[in-house]
Amino acid sequence: MNPQTLQIICFYAFSLVTVAAALSVITLKNTVHAVLALVLTFFSAACLWMLLDAEFLALALVVVYVGAVMVLFLFVVMMLDIDLEKMHEGFVKFLPVGVIVAIVMLVEMLGLIGVWAMHARDLGADPAAVAGMSNTAWLGQALYTKFLLPFEVAALVLTVGLVAAVALTLRERRGARYESASRQVRVDPRDRVRIVKMDAVRPTPAAADEGTAGESKP
Amino acid sequence: MISLAHYIVLGAVLFCIAVAGLFINRKNVIVLLMSIELMLLAVNMNFVAFSRFLGDVSGQVFVFFILTVAAAEAAVGLAILVLLFRTRSTINIADIDSMKG
Repeated sequence: MNPQTLQIICFYAFSLVTVAAALSVITLKNTVHAVLALVLTFFSAACLWMLLDAEFLALALVVVYVGAVMVLFLFVVMMLDIDLEKMHEGFVKFLPVGVIVAIVMLVEMLGLIGVWAMHARDLGADPAAVAGMSNTAWLGQALYTKFLLPFEVAALVLTVGLVAAVALTLRERRGARYESASRQVRVDPRDRVRIVKMDAVRPTPAAADEGTAGESKP
Repeated sequence: MISLAHYIVLGAVLFCIAVAGLFINRKNVIVLLMSIELMLLAVNMNFVAFSRFLGDVSGQVFVFFILTVAAAEAAVGLAILVLLFRTRSTINIADIDSMKG
């Protein structure tokens, strides 16, 4: 088969899965199922990015989103005890509004894009291959030279996000008794036990003679 | 042959689905957060397609930063959600009105 035909078949298959999964994200009643549908959406989007020769971003999408963010979502969904029936109450009421707004927006966007005018625009050769390196090297070279400062700021953003998430959810229990390991280690034995040098207490000689006179002298 | 229009139309469709999700699921904050993730995915799709089309690496770098910020946003958003559920024991948007906005 012609590789370009195969490519376009792959594109339509993946985009069909993406759109169907995205639709089920917003319509499924059970939130856990919706999260799993979102995982499918991200995965097929990663496949689509592979078709664009953006390998690094596709793998980052799978690792970061499917591996981390979606698992976080799943944890939260399963941790919270949500009444699913009540959550789904306004669905039918808001359905027409949502559908109408979405369709109007889509028609406007497609008009703006001018699909038929742009259809001729071929994607062209892979720019990384033209530059003679892999996609990851191409991206990394830009990231560590031209975009070094934003890259460091992104790391800072992630750190702040991490600290904020921990600080927000950390619960301090009142009245609970904790043991502090550092205080335990720092304890000096002399604070706990004091050895006092004392003379032995001896009974006075006179009393001893009277009480045990017969036995002490054989 | 896959053209630029294919990917842009797909991005537009995904974005509109996400907007519809925001309208339909007024009650469930988790689905709202997931709709925002879908929107970001639609935008990323456009960025990657244009990066390929124009042969410019900046688009892919920007997608990288969007992924970073979105991950941090999801973490903080879910933390706030957990906190909200702990104090109010609901994640219904209609019940969260103490700020009277």
